[in-house]
Amino acid sequence: MDRRKFLSAYKSNFNDVDLLPPPDPTPTLRTTSGLNPYSGAWTQNEVIHLLKRTMFGAKKADVDYFLGKTMSQSVDELLTPTAPLPAPPVKEYDPAGATVPDTNIALGATWVNDPNNDGTITSRRRASFKKWWMGVMINQDRSIREKMTMFWHNHFSTETNDVGNSQFVYKHHALLRANALGNVKTLVRAMTLDPAMLVYLNGQLNTATAPDENYGRELQELFCCGKGPNSLYTENDVKAAAKVLTGWRNDATAINSYFTSSRHDSTNKQFSAFYNNTIITGRTGATAGDLELDAMLTMIFNTPEVSKYLCRRLYRWFVYYDIDSNVETNVIDPLAAILVANNFNIKPVLDKLLKSEHFFDVLNQGCLIKSPVDLVVGFCREFKIAFPVATDYISNYALWNGLVSYGINMQQNIGDPPDVSGWKAYYQAPQFHEIWINSDTLPKRNQFTDTLAVNGYTANAKKIVLDGPAFAAMLPDPGDPNKLIDDSLALLFRIKLSTASKNQLKTDILLGGQSQDYYWTNAWTGFLNNPADTANTTTVRNRLRDLYKYFMNLAEYQLA
Amino acid sequence: MKRRDFLRTTIPSSVVLPGLFSGFSVTAFAENSPLVQSLMMPTTDTDHVLVLIQLNGGNDGLNMVIPIDIYNNYYNARTNIAIPQNKILTIAGSNKVGLHPAMTGLRDLFNDGKAAVINAVGYPTPNFSHFRATDIWMTASDSNTVINSGWAGRYLNYEYPNFPNGYPNSTMMDPLAIQIGSVTSLTLQGPAVSMGMSISNPTNFYNLLNGVQDPAPPTPAGKELTFVRQVAQQTQQYAAVVKDAAAKVTQQVTYPTGNTLADQLKIVSRLIKGGLRTRVYMVSFGGFDTHAVQVNSTDTATGTHATLLQRVSDAIKAFQDDLKYLGVEDRVIGMTFSEFGRRIKSNASTGTDHGAAAPVFVFGKQVTGGVVGNSPALPVNASVNDNIPYQYDFRSVYATLLENWLCVRNSDLQTIMLKNFQTLPLVNTAACNAITPNTSGNSLISNYPNPFQSKTILTFKTNGGHTLVQVIDAMGRVIKNLVDRDYVAGTYTVTFDSGALPSGVYYARLQNLSDQQVRAMLKVR
Repeated sequence: MDRRKFLSAYKSNFNDVDLLPPPDPTPTLRTTSGLNPYSGAWTQNEVIHLLKRTMFGAKKADVDYFLGKTMSQSVDELLTPTAPLPAPPVKEYDPAGATVPDTNIALGATWVNDPNNDGTITSRRRASFKKWWMGVMINQDRSIREKMTMFWHNHFSTETNDVGNSQFVYKHHALLRANALGNVKTLVRAMTLDPAMLVYLNGQLNTATAPDENYGRELQELFCCGKGPNSLYTENDVKAAAKVLTGWRNDATAINSYFTSSRHDSTNKQFSAFYNNTIITGRTGATAGDLELDAMLTMIFNTPEVSKYLCRRLYRWFVYYDIDSNVETNVIDPLAAILVANNFNIKPVLDKLLKSEHFFDVLNQGCLIKSPVDLVVGFCREFKIAFPVATDYISNYALWNGLVSYGINMQQNIGDPPDVSGWKAYYQAPQFHEIWINSDTLPKRNQFTDTLAVNGYTANAKKIVLDGPAFAAMLPDPGDPNKLIDDSLALLFRIKLSTASKNQLKTDILLGGQSQDYYWTNAWTGFLNNPADTANTTTVRNRLRDLYKYFMNLAEYQLA
Repeated sequence: MKRRDFLRTTIPSSVVLPGLFSGFSVTAFAENSPLVQSLMMPTTDTDHVLVLIQLNGGNDGLNMVIPIDIYNNYYNARTNIAIPQNKILTIAGSNKVGLHPAMTGLRDLFNDGKAAVINAVGYPTPNFSHFRATDIWMTASDSNTVINSGWAGRYLNYEYPNFPNGYPNSTMMDPLAIQIGSVTSLTLQGPAVSMGMSISNPTNFYNLLNGVQDPAPPTPAGKELTFVRQVAQQTQQYAAVVKDAAAKVTQQVTYPTGNTLADQLKIVSRLIKGGLRTRVYMVSFGGFDTHAVQVNSTDTATGTHATLLQRVSDAIKAFQDDLKYLGVEDRVIGMTFSEFGRRIKSNASTGTDHGAAAPVFVFGKQVTGGVVGNSPALPVNASVNDNIPYQYDFRSVYATLLENWLCVRNSDLQTIMLKNFQTLPLVNTAACNAITPNTSGNSLISNYPNPFQSKTILTFKTNGGHTLVQVIDAMGRVIKNLVDRDYVAGTYTVTFDSGALPSGVYYARLQNLSDQQVRAMLKVR
């Protein structure tokens, strides 16, 4: 059932009752707020909302930092990364067993520029890339860059297993990150000629004599125009686009793509009424591919669908999946106009959205279901999980590898989305984000947090584990069990627990069934004053472990 | 099938869990329907059940079980709170101790031969912190040793060594242990995972029953919260069996009202009768930290502590009567415990401060009724520093119940209890029939030989990817990482050489992403 029909049925036509979800006591409220600048309170609540949406988790230190700024300054800062781009992944794998081992690359040196195409080596490098990416996200700077890199990865979905060539995989990924806050048109152009994309969507096989329509189709359907009701490109447009794109190939040694004019279709390409019957003049020579591509992208980006489609995708990434008519009118349409007016630079759009009344509307807070990566990376960041020193890259990569695997277990394999459409949570109506949570993945989410809270995850004889006292010590008054619970929940949850629930948890967990708060206070004080007292330290650790484990098993923890 | 339709058919509102104990879900069906009739068929089950009643706060054992043979010493130590001699309830066959006057229910059980009291239960070098002392009682550790698993958890890990991998299964469809309360206690913590199901965690009915689950707001966030909760409810693997067991029992004896211990025990008897094979139940009842005004000074037989004791006594009596009424009396033994007793000498605010040894009740039809041990040794003029010395180690009580009631082989007791403890005459010795340990789960790690002297060979199964096998001692310290690398899925072996390590219990822990499993290994000389 169409999402919109579903909503209207819910509002106006109760004869449709069989199609409705289990009845809610009250219908879900939606908002009519728009893009006027948000001028309300700037408290911990709003800071955390902003951070949980634009970064992976809201770290206490980041929350405190932005509390010292205005909302506008904070968004500006998030949109202006100052940290240099991360250093590329390094060799941390054992090349043994390869036919052509990469002995020319020292352990700890990067492999990304070394054109080794041995199957074993490139497979280990793809794994190395994923581990490294997990580490980059965990160590992200105070900016939106990593969330946007993941956004583009989902948007220009490619699979490392299909691409194969690990150097291409990294190059593709680096392109996404370098352009994460740049110009969409520039990025689409770069993606079109990107070696990994040329492999993944068969562009390298697309020639005048044997055209391959794969990329020409996805360029319109998934990357630019979308599948909305007004996205009316035709099958002939797909064929015409494929012809424009003929002639590009990859050079695995130079780790680059190049144009071969002899493989290019030099006939004129006729597009449909959707593109104003544009004809792209067929060209010959070394610049033919570039010139025709530019002409075609200009044509595509001139349709109103591109900006709307991109803004809807951003909306579902940062705000909520449900785009009703109010959102379409009050948010999507004006954002699309901003995107066009700024010649497809993405930053002004994000700036407008993230500073808007709509973004900070209470009805839009707490409603985003965390993706597996958001859960895993957010857990590590919010609990400030201690990893080995950076120089011990072998152990760090091994631990990051475990976290990548947890994400895979929960159905998000970074670098390998299910297909070219990206993860279903971002396009499959009507469930959207709810697709992340099912009877298989929810227990796995709980197992992940349970394991990291209790036994920890060990690799290369190094362990990462939740350190309850370290987290509690960041809070203003951890000796007061009421404040400890309140302040912890303020950072971890977006939906408040009732006083009754908090009191029960306090009594059952922190007070061990006692009624007097001072029992916890004494235990905490004893822990601070004499951490060598194993028995008391164990008491404090176990109580906090149980408390945080319990929090993370509550449904509230799955929301951001 | 659309997901929403699926949800509608799998969790119709008529089985929403909160209705369980108010009859809601049963009345949703016609009462004479074949379904309801079949649900109400009694289940025959001879498995033994142990019910642990924790009295949180440190119960004043001396005012609960009063030494009448040395009454003067008792009285002199606590003149402002002592129970008058003429009000003490006598126990048939005992001229040493009597019960607090509020405990008529328990007195009746004694007179029926269904209750025993073990005097002065404790351990060497007692600890006076609530937290630490509770941990000691729950882990069965020595006073100076920190152990991270619970004694009942170790028992269940021994009995069901592969849990939770492969559970529930046809041999054990039910939770191994059930805790009534929001958090599963340390008692039920196995070496790696908790062996217990806490029936008030977010997805299940006790919280819902008590309205503890917070309502979802009518916002998009509330909509998603409700969605996640629905999936959680659907995936709580034991919710259905617990719900079904509860639904089979529609009539019970009348329990006292306004008594949360009685409320909890009422659920326990219902689940036992309903056919759960769950071995261990744990309930708790708080408020025993009576530093001040534990009695009314005008009538020391009344007051806060009297009310607490009356609730304990009434709840246990009703529970025992209910078990008899339900025809499952032969299957159940219960025991009470508290993290410590209180000081011999009372304080000036008609209360008592943290103390040491205290009596433990064991009750049930298969219990050997009566009094075990002598009245606690009380000095003639007790000072503020005097504490009751222990006569029996609390771990002797556990060991006895494990061996004589839960039928653990004597040779395996040490693996669970970490040491040897004496057996006490608490249980009808005919009660135990040999029970074979259940090994029907997915065994991911095992060792041979076990027990071993110096070396033992571990066999482990991995689903592929990063795999860790580590050896951990009883205190939770990692002794050795035997395996820590990527594997192709399959079964492998590795040898553990224990070298100069002392004899005792060690655990082999397997970690393969979210799969983890622990195998207890016993090193002997």
